[in-house]
Amino acid sequence: MTALQIIFLLSAAVILVSAVMVVTTRNMVHAALWLIAALFGVAVIFAVLEAGFLAVVQVVVYIGAIAIMFIFAVMLTSREMRDRGPQMNNRTWLAGIVGVLIFGSLVYLLSTWDGFNGQPSVIGNVDTLKQLGNVLLLPSAYLLPFEVASILLLAALVGAVYVASNRK
Amino acid sequence: MQDPVGFLYNWLIGILTRWGLAAAVAHVLITLLGILILVICAMVLDIFLVWIERKVVARFQDRLGPNRIGPWGIFQPFADIIKLLIKEDITPAGADVIVFNLAPILSLASVLLLWAVLPIAGVIYGVDLNVALLYIVAAGAIGTLSIIMAGWASNNKFALVGAYRMVANMISYEIPMVLILLIPAILTGSMSMLTISRAQSQYWFVLVVPLATLVFLISAIAELGRSPFDLNEGESEIVSGFHIEYSGMKFGLFYAGELLHAFTFGAFISIMFFGGYNGPGVTQMPILGIFYFVLKAMIGYWVIMWVKYTVPRIRIDHMLYFNWKFLVPFSLAILIMTALTHKLLSGYSTPVYILGMLCANLILGWITIEILRARARKQRQSVDPAAQVIAEQVHH
Amino acid sequence: MQSWLYILLFMIVAVFVPFAAILTARILGPRKPNPIKQSTYECGMETVGESWVQFKAQYYVFALIFLVFDVETVFLFPWAISLNALPLFAVVEGVIFILILVSGLVFTWRKGLLEWN
Repeated sequence: MTALQIIFLLSAAVILVSAVMVVTTRNMVHAALWLIAALFGVAVIFAVLEAGFLAVVQVVVYIGAIAIMFIFAVMLTSREMRDRGPQMNNRTWLAGIVGVLIFGSLVYLLSTWDGFNGQPSVIGNVDTLKQLGNVLLLPSAYLLPFEVASILLLAALVGAVYVASNRK
Repeated sequence: MQDPVGFLYNWLIGILTRWGLAAAVAHVLITLLGILILVICAMVLDIFLVWIERKVVARFQDRLGPNRIGPWGIFQPFADIIKLLIKEDITPAGADVIVFNLAPILSLASVLLLWAVLPIAGVIYGVDLNVALLYIVAAGAIGTLSIIMAGWASNNKFALVGAYRMVANMISYEIPMVLILLIPAILTGSMSMLTISRAQSQYWFVLVVPLATLVFLISAIAELGRSPFDLNEGESEIVSGFHIEYSGMKFGLFYAGELLHAFTFGAFISIMFFGGYNGPGVTQMPILGIFYFVLKAMIGYWVIMWVKYTVPRIRIDHMLYFNWKFLVPFSLAILIMTALTHKLLSGYSTPVYILGMLCANLILGWITIEILRARARKQRQSVDPAAQVIAEQVHH
Repeated sequence: MQSWLYILLFMIVAVFVPFAAILTARILGPRKPNPIKQSTYECGMETVGESWVQFKAQYYVFALIFLVFDVETVFLFPWAISLNALPLFAVVEGVIFILILVSGLVFTWRKGLLEWN
């Protein structure tokens, strides 16, 4: 058991437990906090996979912006922050069967994939950040998606303005 | 002594392996020891900062400050710590116990995490992370989160309102801060603090981007939640913001975290714009870097304190207008100008480069001041007729 | 990978130190809870009504605008570090990216969404 495997197993356990707690906890702000724990576990896995930039971006954008927006949204819309109804209804067994079927078929699909053999090659000498910059900016690479991303962000901003000004 | 850390490391590894430990375990233990030493140094510095803060605020307010306990009151913080430790741990009724206790821990932890990437000298640093600039923003995000947790878990109206305003303040001023963090990345082509410090061995970046330094100072003060942006501690407004219900050591952790955060930001400003550990004589004796680093960080911290104790508090709506209507467009303009002039001038010799960038900064500063003056003139003209009408009515 | 393991160790220590401080305070301090001490603090008055305030919708609007600009700055980081190695065209590309989002900010400003109240 290398250190890599131990860290991966621990963070996978954290993500799974947090994800289950997000949907089963009764208090909405607690659900947001468990979501933050799950997102943090994902950031740890990014770091383990040598994608350091993505790990910090995950924390900055997801935890620092989106999770805070979730918490603001929860506080804005819910007067009653506790969910008082029953947690299961009379179709729960059907949902359970569908869940187990999907999980089983995913496990079967992945077991027939041979990408799991051996360690992945560690990106040793390549400076991933410089590569990322080159990839985003060279016209031969993904320059157009880079500019389109800014238009996508503009669309998000315009949508937010529209939704928010309807309120007033 | 060219490399004290490496020297100590080899010596300790030698001892531990002779005792029979595996090399990997020894490595982890020594790393843990190094981290503990760094964290303990940060906490001891924090204690010292409490004393400095109280003495400086006293002098600004024309009084003496603590001077009973020890020479110049230097043992005052120790007395404070003992008092905070033996206070009763009160959790308010209806508060969410786990979140209530987790908030001060995360608040101080987010500040301590920043110390992992600070280059204290050319050879003394935690880790040379290649994404250190974004790592700083990420640690700040955890700090913001701890404030919402504290405000919500206290089950107190004032705490919640204080937390909302504080978080709205912090996330707003994060944008100019991150935009200015891009400037050293442009100038050096790297996000690592160590590379940015090393690149300033010839000249400090403040000579090349003074406007960016100013904007970073302003947004750093806002990020810290210090005056004039401290609506969190507005005693006359909302009693004490999000740490009303915290007493004893938990409050001590928030307070200590805030002071250490201020010092760490002073250190950042010095690393990014004022050369960090660089100074005369550092190439021959790298240990001297510690002295320059602490000196510059202290000067940065003193400037932050100076602003705090001189200027009155700003109202929340003025604060948000100032950010979104002035600082964000201004920092975007600085970013565009710096990127263009840096690229255009990078082929030339150093004096031409510095002069060119300085001129570009001055031109941008002058244009900004002209725009602000035009706006102020228009506002004054639109207000004056109303004032005239009121004055006439009063006379009749 | 080594650096991230160091950061993980650092995180553990950084959480442990304040936790130890709080634990010490809990052990050393007296423990005499009574309902008056534990009541919510409101400048010495009794609390009226539940502690929930009307959340101003404007906070959420600022959080939305912050999110868009945060993602924009994250996109700009790879651009910033590759400027030295790439030709002037790369700088212009980034400037176009920034200008598109500046137009978004101007739009938001003109629609009056940056007003408090």
